Amino acid sequence: MFDPSSIIVGLEIGTSKVCAVVGELNAENALNIVGLGQARSRGVRKGEIADAPMAEEDVRNAIVEAEKMADVEIRSVYLGVTGGHLRGFNNRGVHPVVSADREISEEDVQDVIKNAKTINLPAQNHVIHAIRQHFLVDGQDGITNPVGMLGARVEVDVHVVHGNLNRLQNAIRSVKGLQLEVDDIVFSGLASSLAILTNEQKELGSLVIDIGGGTTEYVVYTNGIIKHTGVLAVGGDHVSNDLAYGLKVPLSRAEQLKIEHGSALMDDSVKGQNLAITNELGLPLKEINLENLRQIMSLRLEEIFQLIAHDLEQAGAIDYLRSGVFLCGGGARIAGIAKLAEQVLQMPVTIGKTNSISGLKSALDQPEFATAIGLVKFGSFQQRKRSAKATLTQGIKSTIGNFFKR
Amino acid sequence: MNQNSDAEPIQPNQVSANCAATDASQQKTAIKVFGIGNAGISMMQRLVDSGLQGVEFVAVNTDAASLLGSSATQKIHLETKLMRGMGTGGDPERGQAAAEEAAAKLKEICQGAGVVFIIAGLGGGAGTGISAVLARAARESGAIALGFVTTPFDCEGRRRQNAAQEGVEALREAADGVICLPNQKVFKLIDENTSVVSTFKLIGDLLADGVKGVWRLLAHPGLLDVHFGDFCAMMRDRHMESSFATTEAIGATRSREAMDKLLAHPMLDGGQLLAESDAVLVSLIGGPDLTMVEVNRVMGEIQGRCDGAHVMMGAAIDEKFCERLAITVIVARKGEAPHENARVRMKPEELETQLLSQTATTKPKSRLVPPAPELSPDKVEQLLTRQRAGGTRGRKASAKMRQGQLPLEIISKGRFDKSEPTIHMGEDLDVPTYIRRGISLN
Repeated sequence: MFDPSSIIVGLEIGTSKVCAVVGELNAENALNIVGLGQARSRGVRKGEIADAPMAEEDVRNAIVEAEKMADVEIRSVYLGVTGGHLRGFNNRGVHPVVSADREISEEDVQDVIKNAKTINLPAQNHVIHAIRQHFLVDGQDGITNPVGMLGARVEVDVHVVHGNLNRLQNAIRSVKGLQLEVDDIVFSGLASSLAILTNEQKELGSLVIDIGGGTTEYVVYTNGIIKHTGVLAVGGDHVSNDLAYGLKVPLSRAEQLKIEHGSALMDDSVKGQNLAITNELGLPLKEINLENLRQIMSLRLEEIFQLIAHDLEQAGAIDYLRSGVFLCGGGARIAGIAKLAEQVLQMPVTIGKTNSISGLKSALDQPEFATAIGLVKFGSFQQRKRSAKATLTQGIKSTIGNFFKR
Repeated sequence: MNQNSDAEPIQPNQVSANCAATDASQQKTAIKVFGIGNAGISMMQRLVDSGLQGVEFVAVNTDAASLLGSSATQKIHLETKLMRGMGTGGDPERGQAAAEEAAAKLKEICQGAGVVFIIAGLGGGAGTGISAVLARAARESGAIALGFVTTPFDCEGRRRQNAAQEGVEALREAADGVICLPNQKVFKLIDENTSVVSTFKLIGDLLADGVKGVWRLLAHPGLLDVHFGDFCAMMRDRHMESSFATTEAIGATRSREAMDKLLAHPMLDGGQLLAESDAVLVSLIGGPDLTMVEVNRVMGEIQGRCDGAHVMMGAAIDEKFCERLAITVIVARKGEAPHENARVRMKPEELETQLLSQTATTKPKSRLVPPAPELSPDKVEQLLTRQRAGGTRGRKASAKMRQGQLPLEIISKGRFDKSEPTIHMGEDLDVPTYIRRGISLN
């Protein structure tokens, strides 16, 4: 427990909340969640930091809470990033096999991956992820490991997620300002999908939609690989803002109405119903039409799903989702949202559960923690990779050492 | 160039200029450069100094002093009694009158030339008045007349601007092609500390570069030839706003470097102008080691920048350009409406002078004389009515616009007011969906 490398922290600086989750790798390299800290976020708009001092304060609060709960000192975090500037696309790398026997070697594979990762992007753009997809050998698709196969040409697709460097830097800086290291930055949508999907679901093809406060991220898996990612800078905040505007109430009241009376669906039961809003003393302030409230919300949420559906159609990814759609993020709490998504996307929709990790089960099985838990999971993968490498070099060192001792 | 049929005697000359693959002695007679007026002569001086070969330089002015300072091969002093040795005094009509008087002499000088470049600074008396007459004389003598002119700085006043505009119009009618460089554009190239002298030197250099770019196209053995006819066709009706840029680079990555410099060139507004242009002439000069791939790269880049424009290219080889690559781009686009109006306004006066002037009526009917006087009364009337109609229409439209803009309901974006808007397929997603879809709440 006191080995610092076994502690993995995921930090999500969201639009509505800042959330830090502490995970621990036990002796069997299994992940266990031991702490959780959260704070209301005040310095973030649409997933990006708009007020750095505020955001820093919120991050500090969340980290302190998580430290107390897990009883550890947090030194470094895996940071979730999002925002409308993030873009995902697929890039293909090609490499001819030059060896005489046409057998694909480990070097060929390394070269083709390197080729695929050389991406021509403007200088101000930073590649967050370049995730390997399947290999193609002489045009034959769907090969996961071509080493040892025969072929003249190896190709590989990578899915690249990139964003504006300065805007990514803003989030990193506000974490570094608190004397915390950033192990890595991770696209929030990717983190959420890691937390929610099982390997089987990734294999079958699934879509994860994370409806956050300021942004909505979506990730498509088919055949076990990431096929498509996207970000819409529209989220729960927009719903509240629409309500505040349409019902002519203050934003805080709109937020409250959304949570208490909101629904993604229009149903006949609310037709013509009015709702009296009262002030803190219980005196009636004004009456609002429940039907209007539902209509405003429903239209906004419907539009979000329509935009996603349109994007997936364009990317040709919508036909491979045999496992259906999983919703997470605060937006997944809206009543009837799964049904609305089913209507728009025409496939089974469920609320995602973060059931692939052991630990503080009841506290964590909430859709809004998916990103932070996914970050920890991402971190645990990295950590395992690192420790595997470390043991390898250690092993070599010790053998060499032994050699000399003898 | 389509009137070639009735001009047999001069065709050999033209051909030599077009194909540009002739020996030096023929070229010597083929190209003549005229510098007109004080500005024109000093700009021509740059060309003289740069040592263009096989080119004859002629300085024409009403002011004897500036002719003395020129090292042109031939100097012509135009003088009328009206001037009493005082020059034109900034009056284009005087310049024109002096030129008309000496039209026969000008024609004689142009005789035997294949291409006549006319370099002038418009806006003053001599340059504005003489260049059009010279262009006509050159064409009558069988040469192709090409104008390279500057228009004055804005600070030089309205009068000179108008005069220059008329001069451009007149030259456009008379010459085969006019490339016009507004001096005002040079401001992009100079900084706070640039002196007046060096500014004018810069203008001279720019114009000289332009002339050289065209001259190279026509006079050097080309990888890819440009036919003069094509060139004139491109320039016709498009020369109200032209811009030049010349860049050079040395070394293995010369094509890329030169292209980068070109796209960053202030005269092209950092490549912006290419996008707005509707005709582009590209002249590439390289050593014998110029590769097709390089040509292709440059052309591909330029063509990609200006889609829809008429792009014309020529690539030539110059032994002296070993390992070097020079790109000259001449960008032209159509003039704007105000110029048209100015032209209409001035036309009647012009008609009067034409009727009064003896030379105008006794002009021989040549293939090259533009049929302007016959057409213009109708055209003037037509254009005037159009202008009037346009004026009232414009006013009406603007009034309507103002009324339409009165907002009934200001759509505020609430908490997203100050954040970056989320634009998706042209829609601002920060605005409530029900408003964008026009759904009314009861």
